[in-house]
Amino acid sequence: MSRAIASLPAQGWVGKDARRRRVRRPARAAAVPLAFLLPVLVFAVLFFVYPLAKNVQVSLQDYNLSSLYTGAAPYVGLRNYTHLWHDPVFRTAVGNTIEFTLLSIFFQLTIGLGLAVFFVRNFPLNALLRSLLLVPWLLPLVVSGTVFRWMLDTNNGIVNRILLDLHLVGTPVPWLTGYHTAMAGVLICNIWIGIPFNMVILYGGLQTIPAELYEASALDGAGGLRQFWSITLPMLRPVLTVVSTLGLIYTLKVFDVIWVLTKGGPANATQNLTTYGYQLSFGGLSRFGAGAAVGNVLIVVSLVLSLIYLRSRRSEGEGR
Amino acid sequence: MADRVFIGRRRLIGATVAAGILALAACSSSKGGGGSTSSGSKTSPSVTLSEMDYYGTEPTKSALGTMLDSCASQVGVTIKRQVVQDLRTRLLQLVGAHSLPDLVLVDNPDLDQIAATGALVDLSAKGLSTDGFYPNVIAASTYQGKVYGLASGVNDLALYYHKKQFTAAGLQPPKTWSELKADAAKLSSGTKHFGLGMALPATEEGSFQFEALFFSGGADLKTLNSPQAVSALQLVSDMLKAGSMPKDVLTWNQANVEEQFANGTLAMMVNGPWQLPLLKKAGTDFGVVTMPVPDSGGTSSSPLGGEVWAAAQGSKSDKAVDVIKCMTAAGNAVTWSKMVNYVPANQSAAAELPASVPEMKTFVDEIAGAKGRTVDLGPDYPKYSEALWTAVQAALSGRSSPQAALDAAQKQAVS
Repeated sequence: MSRAIASLPAQGWVGKDARRRRVRRPARAAAVPLAFLLPVLVFAVLFFVYPLAKNVQVSLQDYNLSSLYTGAAPYVGLRNYTHLWHDPVFRTAVGNTIEFTLLSIFFQLTIGLGLAVFFVRNFPLNALLRSLLLVPWLLPLVVSGTVFRWMLDTNNGIVNRILLDLHLVGTPVPWLTGYHTAMAGVLICNIWIGIPFNMVILYGGLQTIPAELYEASALDGAGGLRQFWSITLPMLRPVLTVVSTLGLIYTLKVFDVIWVLTKGGPANATQNLTTYGYQLSFGGLSRFGAGAAVGNVLIVVSLVLSLIYLRSRRSEGEGR
Repeated sequence: MADRVFIGRRRLIGATVAAGILALAACSSSKGGGGSTSSGSKTSPSVTLSEMDYYGTEPTKSALGTMLDSCASQVGVTIKRQVVQDLRTRLLQLVGAHSLPDLVLVDNPDLDQIAATGALVDLSAKGLSTDGFYPNVIAASTYQGKVYGLASGVNDLALYYHKKQFTAAGLQPPKTWSELKADAAKLSSGTKHFGLGMALPATEEGSFQFEALFFSGGADLKTLNSPQAVSALQLVSDMLKAGSMPKDVLTWNQANVEEQFANGTLAMMVNGPWQLPLLKKAGTDFGVVTMPVPDSGGTSSSPLGGEVWAAAQGSKSDKAVDVIKCMTAAGNAVTWSKMVNYVPANQSAAAELPASVPEMKTFVDEIAGAKGRTVDLGPDYPKYSEALWTAVQAALSGRSSPQAALDAAQKQAVS
């Protein structure tokens, strides 16, 4: 992979450089790495560590409107968390988040992979079409969301118009307004947005599979499907792990799409953890402690997934 | 090699500084928008008051600026105005930083929450008279017996109808719920025409609109599952199931409803007076009647809408109160109300309005019976409101019956 090759000379350069300097000025040599680290450390502490610590602190307090002004918020231990545990809306939000994330990832991956395999072949306009497919990824989410809101409109939307004209449905589907169908509506939009990312990364992964493998297998009489299962998929596994883990982390915290399409409605049918956390803190309730607790739950889940991601990257590196 | 290290470091610092400047620029540009300043009286050293509101679209954006300027020069101050779209969240942030602007024009249901933090000035203690104002308007700005806000103009919801569609069907605008239901059914056909539309999204806007029926039916917010409340939700649910109201009302906001009414898709809509200029511009032939009431009788009502002026605690609060006094004086209330199509909060000014703006008559007639959303519940209103819009959505999206939805809402609200 090009990444591995590129990193080799860089490592050599750093190593040689450090050795040379150590001979001449030892004290300065120790200070230089620190100086390199300093801006990052300051940045991380200021913009990541402090807000995270503050969020944990707020989640242990009864932090409400008057706390904002007086600064006084009594510590209530884990009460915000136990309240959430018994809160039916929170449970709905957890269920919705899992459903939304798993289904998004599944469809984004399979469709993305299908398109990637398709674009590996040589055909006219390949590059042009491939760049056009990137458009969903480039559009601001609010724009995509708003367009989908109108396309999925029950009575005026183009989606229902087409379905009705093709006689696929008898009555308009309440994409964003039915309790049992709204999740499908937001999923359609989110899957559409996520496909290009999956396609691009998987396409890159496909390029690294040596053509000889396919030639050899063709000589052994393997057909296209067999090649896909026995060569493409196994060779692509590391990339698939990376894409799906990144996808998981992105999808868990989707806010814009749901907010623009349904605001978590109807009746919490599309409420996920991010929209519910926002609702608790800023949606009028001003229960900042509870909102922070929801945020922390989400952070812990993302953290666990990130660790899995880092592990898989490391084992991938060892494998080479 | 050492040079390289330092270049790298300098670059990093440069990048950090640049990012900081960008962030600052982003902040200040988001604050900007309606910068309007005026020089104070010639003699005294000018006091500068900061002001925030959410009037970000023309023509009201500059209209408000002009009015503020004239009041500023009357009081002898300079006003530095900022237009902030998500005003409520911004104000809460500023409350936390103890740096609220001296003057704010805030949506009336948000007032109690900000007042509850202790960041606002009690206007009655500053000698601001509430004589001549509608008592319900004052009640909506009162928190724990103290008046924290004063309105120039207020608004309410009423029923708009297409005159042509009604004459063609030989109908009169509905006065009762059963007439509303019957008329809406007659004026609906398939998926192209609907009798009634209103905005019922999963936000405060959804509660606000539903409350027009809720209050007209005699329900009150403290008991979300009262028989009156259930019958109001039953009415909406029946009309939606009968195809007299589109399912899309669950995602529409009030502007979307206005568009659908203007293009003829909706024969009737629940909406406020601020839609009048748009409808006139679209050339729609419409009439406005007060909210229908249950067949057993009742008074047309509506939630009270509109923004109120409030002043923050601080050394400049006296001057800020003077500006509020000027902005809410009868003359200015009429000017302001004509500009934004509101009802003056001052009773005598309101009574004179229909003479010059006849289409405002229905809204003026109904305003005395309009209910402040925070009157009974104070800062707890948002909790009840969220429970209410969730119940409306649950009943209309086919999740549960109106009774079950409102029972759950009441349970959620008091928990």
